[in-house]
Amino acid sequence: MDKLRLRFEKTGRAVYISHLDLMRNMQRAFARAGLELKYSEGFNPHPLISILLPLSVGTASVCELMDFRLRGETELAQLPARLSAVLPEGIRVTEAYEQTRKSAELKYLAVEGRFEYDERDPAAMAAGLEDFFAQEEVRVLRKTKRGMGQADIRPAIRELGFEPGEGAVLLRAVISAQEPTLNPELLAEALRQNAPELAPDFAKFTRLETYDAQMRIYR
Amino acid sequence: MDKRLERILPRVQKPARYVGGEYNQIVKDKAAVELRLAFCFPDTYEIGMSNLGMSILYHSMNALDFVWCERAFAPWGDMYEEMKKAGLPLYALESGDSLSEFDALAFSVGYEMAYTTVLDMLDMAGLPLRSADRPELLPLVFAGGTAAVNPEPMAPFMDLFVVGEGEEMDNELLLLLRKAKAEGWTKAAFLKEAARIQGVYVPSLYEVSYREDGRLAAVKPLDGAPARVTKRIVQDLDAAPYPTKPIVPSTEVVHDRVSLELFRGCVRGCRFCQAGYVYRPIRSKKPETLIRQGIETLQNTGCEDVTLLSLSTSDYRPLNELCDGLLEYCQERSIGLSLPSLRADNFSMELMEKLQRVRKSGLTFAVEGGSQRLRDAINKNVTEKDLLNTCRIAFEGGWNNVKLYYMLGLPTETDEDILGIAEMANQVLHCWRQYAKNKNRGVKITISTSCFVPKPHSPFQWEAQVPMEEYLRRVNLLRSAITARNVTYNWHDAETSFIEAVLSRGDRRVADAVEEVWRRGGRLDAWSDYFSFQRWMDAFAACGLDPAFYANREIPTDALLPWDLIDVGVRKAHLLRERKQCYASRLSPDCRKQCAGCGAAALLKGGRCDG
Repeated sequence: MDKLRLRFEKTGRAVYISHLDLMRNMQRAFARAGLELKYSEGFNPHPLISILLPLSVGTASVCELMDFRLRGETELAQLPARLSAVLPEGIRVTEAYEQTRKSAELKYLAVEGRFEYDERDPAAMAAGLEDFFAQEEVRVLRKTKRGMGQADIRPAIRELGFEPGEGAVLLRAVISAQEPTLNPELLAEALRQNAPELAPDFAKFTRLETYDAQMRIYR
Repeated sequence: MDKRLERILPRVQKPARYVGGEYNQIVKDKAAVELRLAFCFPDTYEIGMSNLGMSILYHSMNALDFVWCERAFAPWGDMYEEMKKAGLPLYALESGDSLSEFDALAFSVGYEMAYTTVLDMLDMAGLPLRSADRPELLPLVFAGGTAAVNPEPMAPFMDLFVVGEGEEMDNELLLLLRKAKAEGWTKAAFLKEAARIQGVYVPSLYEVSYREDGRLAAVKPLDGAPARVTKRIVQDLDAAPYPTKPIVPSTEVVHDRVSLELFRGCVRGCRFCQAGYVYRPIRSKKPETLIRQGIETLQNTGCEDVTLLSLSTSDYRPLNELCDGLLEYCQERSIGLSLPSLRADNFSMELMEKLQRVRKSGLTFAVEGGSQRLRDAINKNVTEKDLLNTCRIAFEGGWNNVKLYYMLGLPTETDEDILGIAEMANQVLHCWRQYAKNKNRGVKITISTSCFVPKPHSPFQWEAQVPMEEYLRRVNLLRSAITARNVTYNWHDAETSFIEAVLSRGDRRVADAVEEVWRRGGRLDAWSDYFSFQRWMDAFAACGLDPAFYANREIPTDALLPWDLIDVGVRKAHLLRERKQCYASRLSPDCRKQCAGCGAAALLKGGRCDG
């Protein structure tokens, strides 16, 4: 069976599994579930699986997507339970279906973040954050493939809101997932570089949902 | 998850190794178990999770319903620094709980260079290093593993050692500890009782005295402790616990595959080899057991590779039957089968062809000695003819990468023997020119040498290690003799081998130096990233110890040895006989040709040695 897609969660301790390691964990989980992945032809065959948007180490997600192909036929409705039973703690498959949309159609990601402030007032911080990100330009110096480069991340932020909580500010955002790709970690990095007084003591993020260019849910 | 830990993890390399949660890890209700044990591996996660011994014992101890055994590893330098800064104690991976909350810490110590890491893990757990400074029964701190065949350099730190194979012994010990905890025994009462379990060595029950010249004078057992501790073995390997649901690491480790143990012990009796003596008698598993366990484990892990473990794979009698059985399952699933530890002498074309059907890698031969005379002297029964014949088959079969391992500084070695190594490399190269199927791909021959380390319980236990300068002279001699472009020469550094020799043959006084090295910042000494020779030398000086006394001295055969109180089953008379054979450059027949009556078979109850 070709053109299959999984939707899965990666939360808890599993957020520390790197993208490359995750691919191997998936490959082995298929083997443990008695499902045979299709392999590439050639000198060094590898299973034909691909994760749509690689996730950074430390970021959680409840909306990961992975394309795969299977040898033989299987009941797709049973796949989530079969795979979830043999995956490491924190990885859970929620859906398996035949894909109808190209991966390039995936455009936006909804994320939530938690900016922890140990000694500062979250309400004051939330107000400051709103102001900071209301600027027309938010420049961040970051490592790129061609060394250090400065980029304006503002155009990649479609929506952004802050709400004070207990010892932390909670953030909700819709950011560009592809072309350009915005790593939500850069939201905290922008503060460290440009407004250290607003920079959180610790930040973590969770991907919530995937959208297309028209902000329709993407599957 | 601990908040401090959560903030550290994004900053360290490969954080997945510090969080647990892998598939097949064992989680129990901590309120429902009576004993919590932390299985501590004094090296990184990647090394520890590659260790079959640890996997076996983790599952065999967890088979006891009153025990929850968890894992702890030594963090790499960056994580270590972050944990210190955050005041985070060493914790177990499954629960994340600090080791100080546990009832027992069990260390698996496979090599001497891990000693400082053991101390570091105790310290990171918040425990005093020395047994005498831990007056309470709990947590009990004990150790096992190959290094326990000479436990003395670590004796002051451990409450007890488990000597030999732990599958049964550890569980007996835990049953006793459960009773002692429930009834509120003192530590002294528990240790006295534990010393009655075969294989358990309680250092505090022995009084050690030295002569004025520094040699060991006497070891006196106290309080009814046995004069010698006899190592434990598992009688029937087919019935012994083997984890067919091992933990599958979520991140890459060194050996990330299914390991099947063919047999314990070795029929060969190479005279330098500690493993070849201390793991006797020879006990094999049946091929049907191995095939069944192999398939089950592959299904439960989803691994892409399976490997066969033993000291000498080709000496497993039903090897063909086993390979056929495994290949039948592996081939259609693209699972690789690898056979390490093949001998150069009986490497068969048939076997090679079989492996070739799946995957092809380089060939490695442990030749050990550069001349036939020296190989006879060390009882390494490999002839030049065998080796070249094997290489010919390999080159004809398309292999083009051969690694040859040697030791320098072996007893009776001469410069002529060393030059023989270079000569052998030339012969192998010549053989490739003659027989290689496809010469366009070139050939790579790698020579590696390490410095001989005299090991307790081997026939060379009395031998002196050559001084470091002499080892380096021999390295340079060999270096200048290797001229061919296709031959690469790598040598192991002299300093680590020297320290290893001191620790291998150390007595209890060496413990002070191990502690001193740790106090000066030593940990993860098995890694060249962290090993500091100067730190060790400074520590020896600070403790008033002469390391050469332990490493470079030939010990008289009538001397009392620090490890004489450990009985691994092989008689001293046998070791002495083998040593004499060495000086006569004479081979001894392997155990299958003729049993030499080494004594280890007496450990078997009823069964017979498969030698």
